[in-house]
Amino acid sequence: MSAKTLYDKLWDDHVVRDNGDGTALLYIDRQLVHEVTSPQAFEGLRLAGRKPWRVEANLATPDHNVPTTDRDSGVEGIADPVSRLQVQTLDENCRIFGITEFKMNDIRQGIVHVIGPEEGATLPGMTVVCGDSHTSTHGAFGALAFGIGTSEVEHVLATQCLVQKKSLAMFIEVDGKVQPGVTAKDLILAIIGHIGTAGGTGYAIEFGGEAIRALSMEGRMTLCNMAIEAGARAGMVAVDDKTIDYVKGRPFSPREEYRDQAVAYWQTLHSDTDAQFDKVVRLDASTIRPQVTWGTSPEMVIDIDSRIPDPAREPDEVKREGMNKALAYMGLEANMPISEVRPDKVFIGSCTNSRIEDLRAAAEVVKGRKVADNIKLAMVVPGSGLVKKQAEEEGLDRIFIEAGFEWRLPGCSMCLAMNADRLEPGERCASTSNRNFEGRQGQGGRTHLVSPAMAAAAAVTGHFIDINKL
Amino acid sequence: MMEKFEKLNGIVMPLDRPNVDTDAIIPKQFLKSIKRSGFGPNLFDEWRYLDQGEPGMDNSKRPVNPDFVLNQPRYQGAQILLARENFGCGSSREHAPWALQDYGFRVIIAPSFADIFYNNCFKNGILPIVLDAELVETLFAEVEANEGYRLDVDLEAQTITKPDGEVIHFEVDAFRKHRLLEGLDDIGLTLAHADEIRAYEEKRRKTAPWLFQ
Repeated sequence: MSAKTLYDKLWDDHVVRDNGDGTALLYIDRQLVHEVTSPQAFEGLRLAGRKPWRVEANLATPDHNVPTTDRDSGVEGIADPVSRLQVQTLDENCRIFGITEFKMNDIRQGIVHVIGPEEGATLPGMTVVCGDSHTSTHGAFGALAFGIGTSEVEHVLATQCLVQKKSLAMFIEVDGKVQPGVTAKDLILAIIGHIGTAGGTGYAIEFGGEAIRALSMEGRMTLCNMAIEAGARAGMVAVDDKTIDYVKGRPFSPREEYRDQAVAYWQTLHSDTDAQFDKVVRLDASTIRPQVTWGTSPEMVIDIDSRIPDPAREPDEVKREGMNKALAYMGLEANMPISEVRPDKVFIGSCTNSRIEDLRAAAEVVKGRKVADNIKLAMVVPGSGLVKKQAEEEGLDRIFIEAGFEWRLPGCSMCLAMNADRLEPGERCASTSNRNFEGRQGQGGRTHLVSPAMAAAAAVTGHFIDINKL
Repeated sequence: MMEKFEKLNGIVMPLDRPNVDTDAIIPKQFLKSIKRSGFGPNLFDEWRYLDQGEPGMDNSKRPVNPDFVLNQPRYQGAQILLARENFGCGSSREHAPWALQDYGFRVIIAPSFADIFYNNCFKNGILPIVLDAELVETLFAEVEANEGYRLDVDLEAQTITKPDGEVIHFEVDAFRKHRLLEGLDDIGLTLAHADEIRAYEEKRRKTAPWLFQ
């Protein structure tokens, strides 16, 4: 048998049938459901008189619309009536169709991409989908995970399958050791800066190499989360002992009787040594510095010690025009050191960076310091109720609150500003989220993507700064 | 049932910027709708209007941005969107093709598309066409130079015919073409293989029982 990539193995193990037209019917092990991209899918099922194929393969939670300040009055208390209806609709659909849901005030509620792994609902070797592009996160477990549209959410509900064309395979190898202060977020931003936001289009990316192996599971989730920002629907990391240890003993993890069999299978989930990739990209981890985005696309990213690029030096006309538009939108001048840029708000959260290790890294910077005077709002939004609880047990909430941060309830929050947490026009934000698109965090808002430690450092100094110089 | 696409002769609107993301196509505040329709008036909301858009506003009373292409008289009624590289990047929201479709766009031409968006288009009767960057550049020049510029798109023949009679061939996956031409119900097609899905599950239940515990 010829050598296989991890992607080949995951793909082959899920093919229900080859359609003979370049597509396959692929079996889906897990679907995560949230309130924004599911109502029309449930409505479609109802209109066609269809039922979920395998109801227990689905797990739902509201995350995009939920308030992060006060939930004492429950869903009824959501101030925005349109948001409230969407959360109520999810509750109602899950009740009618019998889908397990962690409701808004359940301690297990949180961002879908945080709770899947936290609950063991994401396991190595699975196919995982969700009506959300950041589903690539789950690839950190050696799973094939990708975002889908609402029509496909309905398709999976009704058939437990998707019609898919196989992607090309890319291997991104990051060798060497990272410098102090360089995190998984900096690695993925540097990778996107290197290959571009369309660099992974049409590919499933496997990340490997010494620097990737050295990452914790949470770091690997941050990395795979932003594979979509490089254009790839799926990002993945091979299974190793860290993966197997992480999934042990979680509520949805294999029962004791199946565990040895599961582990034996999971240990095969890596690319064979002589497997062929369609494209290989290599980076040296030791050259990567803490990253900050300056523009309106994640590929517009530079080292913390750099100056904002000058469009005049860009030979490509379309790119030059894009840079000019980005600078105008961001209210920045070319050639200005990024360390002189002063945010108005700081957001620590999102499916990219809201897990316990992220909060610990930020708290370590914040401890004993105060939020700078020019920062109007600094907020921490844990990724789930359980992350929040753990952080509180470790005293992290007090560190943040004493420094002047707001300590919020779990959800997507200001990553995309569907709830009340948003930037006002012209406001600048140091954000641990994943997209710096125009208006992403609120109309006219200006986003700089950074790691949790870098966001914390910006909060306490009032400007971007190399975490090592603090 | 999916909407069909066969042929179209329509006005072309140029959107001259790369990396147009789905947040720009339909901003997040409009995703709170639990319906599939009615997104057209908020297509490109932040570029199209001068005020801050919220659901439930009377869009006909909002101040429009006269500089944005969608508001220019010469492009009214456009059904073909001419775009730049990596169109539709970002979020997987199917609200993006819903908004484009609801506004009236049925064809999008670009040098490249983001994968999820590209896939979502076919589910909604929109034909995304990938053309060589140089060809796209030529089309931009011609559209901007000629008011009322139209293209004739034929999916069966996989051709775009320009006003000067030049015919451009485009590629599309056979399975996607077939489904779009016929407007097939994807779920119904898959359910026709229900026995094979069950057989897969039986096999998998033996090799990976923890997935069914």
